[in-house]
Amino acid sequence: MGGRDTDIVLLDENGIRCDGRKVNETRKVTIKAGVLKNANGSAYIEFGDNKILVGVYGPRDVHPKHMSDTDTGILRCRYHMAPFSVGERKNPAPSRREVEISKVIKEALEPAVMLKEFPRTAVDVFMEVLQADGGTRCAALTGASVALADAGIPMRDLVAGCAAGKAADAVILDVNNEEDQAGQADLPIGYMPNLKKITLLQLDGVLTPEEYKQCIEIGIDGCNQVYEIQKKALQDKFFASGEKQ
Amino acid sequence: MSNERKRHVIPGEVITSGPYRAEQNTIQVGDKIVSTIVGLSDVHDGSVRVIPLTGGYIPKDDDLVIGKIASHSSLSWTADINSCYVGMLPASDVFGRDYSSSSDDMNSKLTKGDLIAARIVNADMTRDPLITISGRELGKIDSGELVKISPNKVPRLIGKRGSMIQLIESSTNSQVTIGQNGLLVVSSEDSNGLLKAIQAIELIEEQAHVANLTDQVNEMLESKSE
Repeated sequence: MGGRDTDIVLLDENGIRCDGRKVNETRKVTIKAGVLKNANGSAYIEFGDNKILVGVYGPRDVHPKHMSDTDTGILRCRYHMAPFSVGERKNPAPSRREVEISKVIKEALEPAVMLKEFPRTAVDVFMEVLQADGGTRCAALTGASVALADAGIPMRDLVAGCAAGKAADAVILDVNNEEDQAGQADLPIGYMPNLKKITLLQLDGVLTPEEYKQCIEIGIDGCNQVYEIQKKALQDKFFASGEKQ
Repeated sequence: MSNERKRHVIPGEVITSGPYRAEQNTIQVGDKIVSTIVGLSDVHDGSVRVIPLTGGYIPKDDDLVIGKIASHSSLSWTADINSCYVGMLPASDVFGRDYSSSSDDMNSKLTKGDLIAARIVNADMTRDPLITISGRELGKIDSGELVKISPNKVPRLIGKRGSMIQLIESSTNSQVTIGQNGLLVVSSEDSNGLLKAIQAIELIEEQAHVANLTDQVNEMLESKSE
């Protein structure tokens, strides 16, 4: 069941993974909010070796006009991988996979953003993957939600993303590229930590019901860890210099 | 939860719980009041609101705004009011009720690029906000320097009961028309005063989050006047 053949030892006898992490450990995540001058909101996220830049524009006029909605603002997302983001050059034209990820990220953000306040407008989120190393959809989602908050779009909660999965018959947190390729399952989760609601859930691979439950549990735990970093990124940008009152 | 009046909050953060009204930029989730925006929470008289630190200008009824005429149709002008919506200024507002598109030339009153001080009459979001230029302190702006600041920093520039803006106006001998949309027009007979007033406004925009800003501005205004 599952996974391609590989020479890499995904999990050694001491329970240490191929990149030196424990099974329930996330990669190092750093986020910086407000990195682009021309965007209304922006964020740069490093999720392990993933490097993603997110720009948010809007609320602004909708073009083409027929897409606008008189009852609410609309959210549009574009996830794109730079040609140099992977080992072999990626064709910059939007691929099937990118269209799918754009769609799931949009749907993962929609429960959080409150666009009813801006009818007939659009909020555009552009996510540019500069370097990919597995788990970019979770990283892009995490960055996008920080960029939206930076742009001042009203949100019920931030959305944090983190994947869980299964490799070498063990349930693991935050699946990296090797584990994604050679592992048995990948389960990306988008989660609103304060509302305790899941907004993104996909599963690639096979898990038993017990493993699935375990994955959700540690995945949510991972999202909570990512959330703390999101929170810090926003606090660093807005509240770092000089306390008021 | 906490009794502090002002606190830094981010979207999703619980401000307080209990019998409070959720106002500006907050929502009620169960018995908790949650912020929807990055800003400063303000718990006051049983109501909770968040003063935003980021975001654009959303038109509100009765706001004074400064706009730039963008174009006109046969019945109205549209004005850029630094928002995601454009302001609609009906021709009858300028020409009076007997306006006729055949006999009155709209370009004779306002042309593209003109600055106007306008008040928002109706911003119900079902259509573009309606603005008017008939009223005291409203109308076409002929002279002055246009300064743009973040709309969120306008309350800081005005200060408590107008203290900050009064300080700037009196010590630089200038008049400042403040649009709630973050556009300001500074005018003064004295070119030094004009420059100083603009510098003071820029200082406030940069240092909006700092406490005792009035003292700092005062210091700056005094130091340059020697």
